[in-house]
Amino acid sequence: MAEADTLKRTPLYDLHVEHGAKMVPFAGYEMPVQYGEGVKAEHVWTRNHAGLFDVSHMGPCFLFLKDGLGEPGAHEKIAAALETLVPSDIAALAPGQGRLTTLLNEDGGILDDLIVTRMPDESLQGMLYIVVNGACKQSDWALLRDHLGDTAALQTADDRILIAVQGPDAEAVVAGLFPEAAELKFMRCAHIQRDGERFMVTRSGYTGEDGFELLLPSNDKGKEIVGTFLADERVKPIGLAARDSLRLEAGLCLYGHDMDAKRDPVEAGLAWTIQKSRRARADFPGADRILTALENGPAEKRVGIRPLERAPAREGTEIHVGGERVGTVTSGGFGPSVDGPIAMGYIRADLAAPDTEIELMVRGKARPAVVADLPFIKQNYKR
Amino acid sequence: MTTKYTKDHEWVSLDGDIATVGITKFAAEALGDVVFVELPEMGATYLKGSEVAVVESVKAASDVYAPIGGTITEVNDTLTEAPETVNEAPEAGGWFCKMRVTNASEMDALMDKAAYDAHCAAEG
Repeated sequence: MAEADTLKRTPLYDLHVEHGAKMVPFAGYEMPVQYGEGVKAEHVWTRNHAGLFDVSHMGPCFLFLKDGLGEPGAHEKIAAALETLVPSDIAALAPGQGRLTTLLNEDGGILDDLIVTRMPDESLQGMLYIVVNGACKQSDWALLRDHLGDTAALQTADDRILIAVQGPDAEAVVAGLFPEAAELKFMRCAHIQRDGERFMVTRSGYTGEDGFELLLPSNDKGKEIVGTFLADERVKPIGLAARDSLRLEAGLCLYGHDMDAKRDPVEAGLAWTIQKSRRARADFPGADRILTALENGPAEKRVGIRPLERAPAREGTEIHVGGERVGTVTSGGFGPSVDGPIAMGYIRADLAAPDTEIELMVRGKARPAVVADLPFIKQNYKR
Repeated sequence: MTTKYTKDHEWVSLDGDIATVGITKFAAEALGDVVFVELPEMGATYLKGSEVAVVESVKAASDVYAPIGGTITEVNDTLTEAPETVNEAPEAGGWFCKMRVTNASEMDALMDKAAYDAHCAAEG
């Protein structure tokens, strides 16, 4: 078991085992793929009540000015630094506001997707709270240090507990311990300091439901908070498998599957993360390619796909029209809330309109499907 | 009627020269919620060990291999509308197909219940 020897464990490993998790290797960690009741039950529970996800394998970090933290203009300075690597307007964020963006290579290809939040505290202006993907965190952090090291310092926080509590009961559950959480709107953050500990609570998630992500200390106090949430009868622990079916129904991208370094944000359906101000300044990596794609439309687009029969179409399935290959499925499976197979993938732009009839080549057989609007379910964010 | 098992967790019950094939409770539990079963075509002939069906859970697709060679005489249409039957009754109503066996002696090399239970215990 050489592989298991090198796998890391999150601070919540024992709690997963106690709750009957089946543990699998994921992004260098031993992670719970599902618990006793199975994927469908976990998925549906999250949509109807509240699911708790351990996402401590991800890459939370703080990027902050080496000099002048909390001084006037500090936010503009740190935003200007980060904006050399991402196409979103970071300067325009209000204190405590976050947004989705992408780290780009020089060709405008996506190196990762990440959420960047301006710290709410007046004394911490010039500091950004950033969460990157677990599988990309080392290369992302190296990139940030290499490019921004002269002005900014990076403090990683992946040794802490990062959990998501998602679902219609999430607000009541989280507000039980953090009353401040109930006041937050979607993509807003509270930095809570209490009993000598610091907690980051953001109203965000990866399920399409209302919910929160909480960065907690990895000590007994952090574990006690997780234990308190799990002891609530409205809350069940949810594994990676249901996390994947939930995000697919919500139309959310999984890095390394639905986007990668060859795709730019426009074809990935993330043009909305590039605000007007940045388009006008054209000062981000790969701006030529991205602005051309915005102007003329991309050659391929990411779309939702609904197979018309029961057979799921998995990642890598070819999309055909009239016997010609016109695209590829990048995520596919079964949506328990949709109660049918669902997928997303890239298709030639002229075939990307909803209801376009396509064929999916599943095990050599052409199966009928249609292009579908994303998301597959109604998103329940608290705007 | 004798029932035998494969190391890949298929079961096969032989009654005369007709074999009924499915996946075991152990396999169904490992797969989790079954959402689709691709059944073989009527009249098709399969060699022992060839891919006879595909079972898809929420998580992934898995091949099912013919435990014994033969020609398909019946498929379990219940699974088309109710694939969850595989989870509910894997070794009864959740059978996949029936086949007229080519060579019944192929059963001899398969595991009996005791040997299969030991095999599962070893896989954990």
